[in-house]
Amino acid sequence: MKKEAAKNLRAFAIELAVYAVLVTCYFFLVLHLLGEWLYHLEARHRYTYAVVAILLIAVQAVALDAVTTLLFRFLRRRGR
Amino acid sequence: MFFPISNAHINPIYLVVVGFIIGILGGFFGVGGSFIAGPALRLMGVDWNYAVGTDLAHIVGKSIVAAKQHRALGNVDLKLGSIMAFGTIGGAECGAQLIQALKRAGNVNMVVSYVAIVVYLGISVFMLWESRKTLQSDKRRSQAGLVKGAESKKDRSAFGPVTRSIQRVKIWPMIALPTSGIREISLWIVLLVAFVGGIFSGFLGGGAGYIRMPSMVYVLGVPTHLAVGTDLFEIVISASYGTISHAIKGNVDILIALVMHTGAVIGAQIGVVATQYFAGPKIRLAFVPLPLIGAAIVIYTLMTGHKL
Repeated sequence: MKKEAAKNLRAFAIELAVYAVLVTCYFFLVLHLLGEWLYHLEARHRYTYAVVAILLIAVQAVALDAVTTLLFRFLRRRGR
Repeated sequence: MFFPISNAHINPIYLVVVGFIIGILGGFFGVGGSFIAGPALRLMGVDWNYAVGTDLAHIVGKSIVAAKQHRALGNVDLKLGSIMAFGTIGGAECGAQLIQALKRAGNVNMVVSYVAIVVYLGISVFMLWESRKTLQSDKRRSQAGLVKGAESKKDRSAFGPVTRSIQRVKIWPMIALPTSGIREISLWIVLLVAFVGGIFSGFLGGGAGYIRMPSMVYVLGVPTHLAVGTDLFEIVISASYGTISHAIKGNVDILIALVMHTGAVIGAQIGVVATQYFAGPKIRLAFVPLPLIGAAIVIYTLMTGHKL
């Protein structure tokens, strides 16, 4: 039981490290590219901005959930 | 990092950490965590209107992840959540109108603050009393050998008799919620619970999970784990509506929300997994400090005049 918990914890720590690298890349690539466009959209086309905003957060939620689930599954399989 | 929409300079690591903490709370308790996110954004110099709107956008993302994980564990009643979303949206609009009326009367801050303190303290005291009583009763039952096997895992509540009498109120139309183990309940009671939660959401801000989750357990009789998951699913719908409404009014910095959400994804997953290791009354007992934090923030604001 303790061994299993330690394994899970290790997998989670590695997942967190990989995830941190991915998120940093995400900040610099996606947000940097989208920032200017979203700023203008918010200033000029509020309705479009509202739809884009909700779509962005929903898509990010599904995508990051899939990434973390895959990462965790992959690391657990490797740990066995 | 500069966020041009809200014209704020914020360290992204700070946002990720705040998102992570709120994610854990959201996944475990089924709350939006606005009582932390709002002040945390204010602390970094984000205007209050942006703090409220951006927090809602971030709640949508976090709740999608947490609700998806809870659904995988069988903790989401889609039928109940969908019905409640209607009541919440209606209530939120009424709450927002109430705020506008108080604004016109010129005493919005005082009234909202006092209502918030009474509500937060009331929820905490009640849940502390109920969960402790239930845990003591469970302990006595198990010592007496009255509960065995699956029976010991049943989510009991000291408020159970009142809940059952609410379920017996026959006001047409009656609906069944088999996923939540409710054979029959009036649709109006479900909508009323959601509506009241919505009023508090519009009146005090955030998703009002601190009032809806306990209401689902004590008034509707939904098991705690299901109440947490269903509340999160319901928050996805109602917070999406709130986000669109706030974005149209120019109160959402989606870039901040996206950054916060990257931390919340991991936090929400931890929170959801943690619910598996706690029984219903223990989750309810652990919930007690949350409204108290909200009350403390309001009292601090009232005493110092400095809005967090």
